Amino acid sequence: MKKPDLKSLDLAALWRGLTQPDGAGTDRVVPPTGFTAQLTLFSAAAMAFLAVFALALALATGRLAERWSSELAETVTVRLSAPPEQMDEQTVTVMEVLKTSPGVANARLLPDAEVEKLLEPWFGPDVPVEALPVPRLIEVTEGAGFDADALRLRLQGEAPGAVLDDHTRWREPLVKAASRLRFLGLVSLLLIAATSAAMITLAAKASLAANGQVIRVLRLIGARDITIATAFVRRFTRRAALGAAAGTVIGMIAIWALPAMDEAGGFLTGLGFQGFGWIWPLLIPPAAAGIGFFSTRWAALRMLREVR
Amino acid sequence: MIEMQNLSFGYSGDEPLLADMSLNLPPGSFHFLTGPSGAGKTTLLRLCYADLLPTAGKMLAFGEDVTGLSRDGIAALRRRVGVVHQDPQFLEHLPVAENVALPLIVSGEQVDMRALGDLLGWVQLTTHSRVMPQALSGGERQRAALARAVIMSPDLVIADEPTGNLDWDMSMRLLQLLIELNRSGKAVLFATHDMNLIRAAKQQVQARVLRIAGKRLQLAGADL
Repeated sequence: MKKPDLKSLDLAALWRGLTQPDGAGTDRVVPPTGFTAQLTLFSAAAMAFLAVFALALALATGRLAERWSSELAETVTVRLSAPPEQMDEQTVTVMEVLKTSPGVANARLLPDAEVEKLLEPWFGPDVPVEALPVPRLIEVTEGAGFDADALRLRLQGEAPGAVLDDHTRWREPLVKAASRLRFLGLVSLLLIAATSAAMITLAAKASLAANGQVIRVLRLIGARDITIATAFVRRFTRRAALGAAAGTVIGMIAIWALPAMDEAGGFLTGLGFQGFGWIWPLLIPPAAAGIGFFSTRWAALRMLREVR
Repeated sequence: MIEMQNLSFGYSGDEPLLADMSLNLPPGSFHFLTGPSGAGKTTLLRLCYADLLPTAGKMLAFGEDVTGLSRDGIAALRRRVGVVHQDPQFLEHLPVAENVALPLIVSGEQVDMRALGDLLGWVQLTTHSRVMPQALSGGERQRAALARAVIMSPDLVIADEPTGNLDWDMSMRLLQLLIELNRSGKAVLFATHDMNLIRAAKQQVQARVLRIAGKRLQLAGADL
């Protein structure tokens, strides 16, 4: 027996059938099915809601990784610890070394007030910096050709109390963690899309199986595969889009209602969308519609293959 | 129109149910198909609208080899062949009028409400147009199925024992409709066990009687 020819299913015609109004009433050939309709709507809404959070996580961690790597990569710190009587002398030496080192754009000795501010979270507002053995801090802005290793060696030779801290040691794991979180956020989005596709496919298959008799009658009276498939695809695509739109709106409201970002809250309060970032979740309903379209089309094709 | 050349068909592949069959259904012809139960009448009819494909031999429908038809090609063939079954199936969620108009709807053609009304009047179902199929009697279902089968103005109407569950009066009514169709130029292929029905038809129309016996198709004698 000849293998059924499924290449005759014209995608362009399917798209036209989906986007253009159903003037002929072809959709009515498929009976309304309450259970699969509700299942599709609910699962699309739930998945869209989760997708909003996964997207927020991916965007927030992306921002964080970028900020940490760019801000911290631009500056290094020279920490100078020396006996009080040598402190001034070594400070001058370090500043001299920095001035003559290639790739150092700027070197600034942090005044006591700034150091005090840095220590404030740990010691309180009235810390007497001068009474503490606090090292002097010199903020170095990197320029072109900056070589941390060469500078470290020079400082070792000329000012033994000076230590160059280029933040790499503690910055790298943070940036790595943020990047990993962003990756996990994107993986979550993919998993949500795959799960949505699986659920819509199952719902579509249940609907197709329940309507086996309808499909046989339609084939018998000369309905093309495209016509039958479109009736199902149109229905499931709309349900997926509507459910996802509801889930997205609820998810966006939930994100919007999170506390405003502040310094103390750090990462957690920075989980929301920023500026044009609010456009990204609006892509979830069209994506869900696309998933509904292709999942149902695939399921319908397979089902129709079994009916002559 | 429908041409079978040394056609064979078997479901299992080992033993053919129909063997070495040759048949030609010209436009405007009227054929009865008889034979004992299980002889393969329904199978032969299903071959005519490509619900089954021959396992050997050749089968041409409107000049095209059915084994080479795509799925869209099969759909196009079925729009030229109206089929009425003994137990016709409908879309139970749609009223009679929409079920009758279904071939037009799925073909994307405009439904002419006046023509639809005339058609329902022809099968005496005007008052049942908004009734759901499950509320129809056996005879009404057959007439609705006949209306659905002819709404696309097919070249051939196949009736697979449509009177099997009907009383004599209802059977004669259905037969009369098929004779009218034949007089309007449609070819009719009518499978039945009912010899009285065949005799009644032969008084009004030039009908040939085909019989399936011993897996083969024979032209029945004139004694019917």
